[in-house]
Amino acid sequence: MMTTAALVTPSAAKGVVPVPITLPTSKDEEWRFTPLGGLNAFAFQLSERPGTLGGADLTPYRFGHPEWPTVVVVDGRVDLAASHFPALPAGTRLCSLAQAIAEGDTTVAAHLRQHVTPEATPFTALNASLSVDGVFFHVPAGVACATPVHVIHVATSASAGVTIAPRTLAVIEQGATATLIESFVALDHNGSYFTDACAELVLGENARLEHIRVQRESAAAHHIGFTQVDQQRDSHYRSFVLQLGGKLARHNLHARLNAANIETLLYGLYLTSGEQLVDNHTAIFHNEPHCNSWEVYKGVLTDASRAVFNGKVFVEPVAQKTDAKQTNRNLLLSDTAKVDTKPQLEIFADDVRCTHGATVGKLDELQRYYLQTRGIAGQTAQALLIWAFVAEVMLEITVEPVRAALEATVRERLDRMIA
Amino acid sequence: MSLLDIRDLHASVADIEILKGISLTVNAGEVHAIMGPNGSGKSTLAQVLAGHPAYEVTSGTATLDGADLLDMEAEERAHAGVFLAFQYPVEIPGVTNAYFLRIAYNEIRKARGLDELDPMDFLDLLEEKLKVVEWGPEIMERAVNFGFSGGEKKRNEILQMAVLEPKLAILDETDSGLDIDALRIVAAGVNKLKSAEKAIIVVTHYQRLLDFIIPDYVHVLAGGRIVKSGGKELALELEAKGYEWLTGATEEVTAR
Repeated sequence: MMTTAALVTPSAAKGVVPVPITLPTSKDEEWRFTPLGGLNAFAFQLSERPGTLGGADLTPYRFGHPEWPTVVVVDGRVDLAASHFPALPAGTRLCSLAQAIAEGDTTVAAHLRQHVTPEATPFTALNASLSVDGVFFHVPAGVACATPVHVIHVATSASAGVTIAPRTLAVIEQGATATLIESFVALDHNGSYFTDACAELVLGENARLEHIRVQRESAAAHHIGFTQVDQQRDSHYRSFVLQLGGKLARHNLHARLNAANIETLLYGLYLTSGEQLVDNHTAIFHNEPHCNSWEVYKGVLTDASRAVFNGKVFVEPVAQKTDAKQTNRNLLLSDTAKVDTKPQLEIFADDVRCTHGATVGKLDELQRYYLQTRGIAGQTAQALLIWAFVAEVMLEITVEPVRAALEATVRERLDRMIA
Repeated sequence: MSLLDIRDLHASVADIEILKGISLTVNAGEVHAIMGPNGSGKSTLAQVLAGHPAYEVTSGTATLDGADLLDMEAEERAHAGVFLAFQYPVEIPGVTNAYFLRIAYNEIRKARGLDELDPMDFLDLLEEKLKVVEWGPEIMERAVNFGFSGGEKKRNEILQMAVLEPKLAILDETDSGLDIDALRIVAAGVNKLKSAEKAIIVVTHYQRLLDFIIPDYVHVLAGGRIVKSGGKELALELEAKGYEWLTGATEEVTAR
C-alpha cells in the first residue's frame, strides 16, 4: 500500500513545478455552460512561497467570536502565526494537513484522497499534483465540538498568475458533532489567480456536521472547488454555500449517502454582477433506503453576469423510501443576465418521493405594488424585495454570529448591485 | 373642498371596461360604504384609487384635496395619504413586520419633508399601535403576512393603517372570511382611526361589517355604476332584499 505521506509530501520543490493538464471544453457535458478559456492565463503551479499578511488584513473576513479556532491558509499553506488554535475538546485535532501527514496521523492515512480520488476531475487531479498543505480537522467518536472552526483561505499577490491548491480533510466520527466554516478571500480585490480547492468531509454514524462555505474571491480570480461529503448511517450534514466573488467560480458539492436514515440539507446562494460566471453543480447519491435530501439554491443576477446550476440526484434501486427535494430559483435584475439551470434526477427505485423545481424570473409585480401602496418604491423597494427572495436560504444559516455577518455582507453586495 | 372627488370615472382592465362612470364625493370625517354584488366593480374602484398599474383609467377624474390622484404613482398616493387595505394582503417572506412598517412609515415621512423616526422611537410608536389590533409584540418579528392566517392578514392591514395614519383609508372587503372576534377587532381598529380630518371607504359585500362600522353613506355599485346611494338604512334594506331589486340580477341574497 502506498503511504499517504508519499502522496502529499510538503517539500519546497513540490507544487512549484508547472503541471500539464487538459482543460475540459464546452463539448464536455459537465462544462457545457462554463467556458474555461480564461484559465489559460494562469500557470498551473503554486507560488514559490506564500505571501505575508499585515496585522489587520483579515479583519473584514473574520466573524464569530475571537476565541473561535481559526486556521489561516495563505496561498495554499497554513500560516501558523496568523492562525489561532485554542484548546478543543479532548481528542479533537485541528492542524495543518502537511503537519498531520508528517506525523503519520492514521486518520489522515485512512481518509485522504479516499473520498475524492485524483482521477475524479481534471481539477482534482491538478489539486492532487500541486497541493502541499491544507487543513485537517478530526473530531473523535462521541465528541461534541461546540465551537465552530473557521478556515480562511487567503490569496495574496504572491499568487498572481499562478494556482492555489488547498486541500481540506474533515473527519467527524461516530456520534460526533462539528461546525466547519470555509472562507475564500483575497487581499487584492482585483488580484488575478486561480484557486483549485478540494475538500473531503467524512461523517461517521450519527455524526452531525454544519458546513458553511463562503466564496469571496477577487473580481479577476478563477475558482474551481470540489467538495465531497461521505455520510454513514443516521448522520446529518447541512451545508450553506455562498458564492459572491470570482470572475469565474465553479463549485461541485457531492454527497454520498452510504447507509440508511441519513439527512442531507444543501442550501446555496449566489449573487453575480458585471461579467461574472458562477456555477454550482451538486450531486446527491442516494445509495441506501430511508434517506432524506433537501436542497434549495437561489441566485440573484444583474448586468451581463451568468449563473449555471446543475443538480443531480441519483436514487439507486435499493434506495426505497428516499425523500428528495430540489429547488433552484433565480432572480434576474437585468435583461442581459442569464441562467442555465438543469435539474437532473435519475431514479431507479419505485417507492420514493422526489421532486424538483427550477425558476428564472424577475421581481414579483404584486409584491412591488403592495410596497408602493405603503409608500415604498424605487431602490428601497427593490432592496427589500430582493432580500425577501434570498431570505429563505439566508435564514438557514444556523450559526448565529456567522448568519448576522453574512447577512450584512449579502445586503451590502445587493445594495451595490442595484445602485 | 372635499377630500376625495371622483367624477365620471371610467376604467378598464385588459381592454374590458369595468367602471362605467363613477361619481363620488367624500368629505373629511365621513365613512362611506360601497356595497354591491360580485363583479360589480367594487374592488376595481378600490384598486384604481390606490394606483394598481393593471387598471387603465380611460376617462374621468379623481382628486385628493384638489390634487390629481390619477396622475400619481401608487407610492405618491401613499405619500399623499391614501391607504388601501388589501382584500388579499401580499406575503413578503424574510422581511419582519417591524422593519417593513418602519420603512413604510419613514418613506412617507421623508416624502412629506419630515425627519425619519429612529428605530427606538419607532418601537414606542409601534407599541401604541399594536393595541389598536389587540396584538402583542411577537407579531412584529414575524415576516410580513408570511404564514399568517386569513384573519391575521386582515388585522395586519389594519395595523399598517394605524401606523401610517392615512387621510383616506379604503378597506377592500376587509371583513370577508373573518370570524366574529377578528371582525370585532378589525372594526374597532377602523373606528379608532375615525376623525374629523380623515375619511374611510369601506368596500364590502356584506352588511355585517356595517353593524360595527357605522357608515354615513351607503352606495350600491352594480355593472360599474353607482345605482343607488343612501344613508346607513340602505344597508339594512339590502340585507333584507338582496341586490336584485337594484340590479335586476338573480344573485342569491348574500347578506347574512
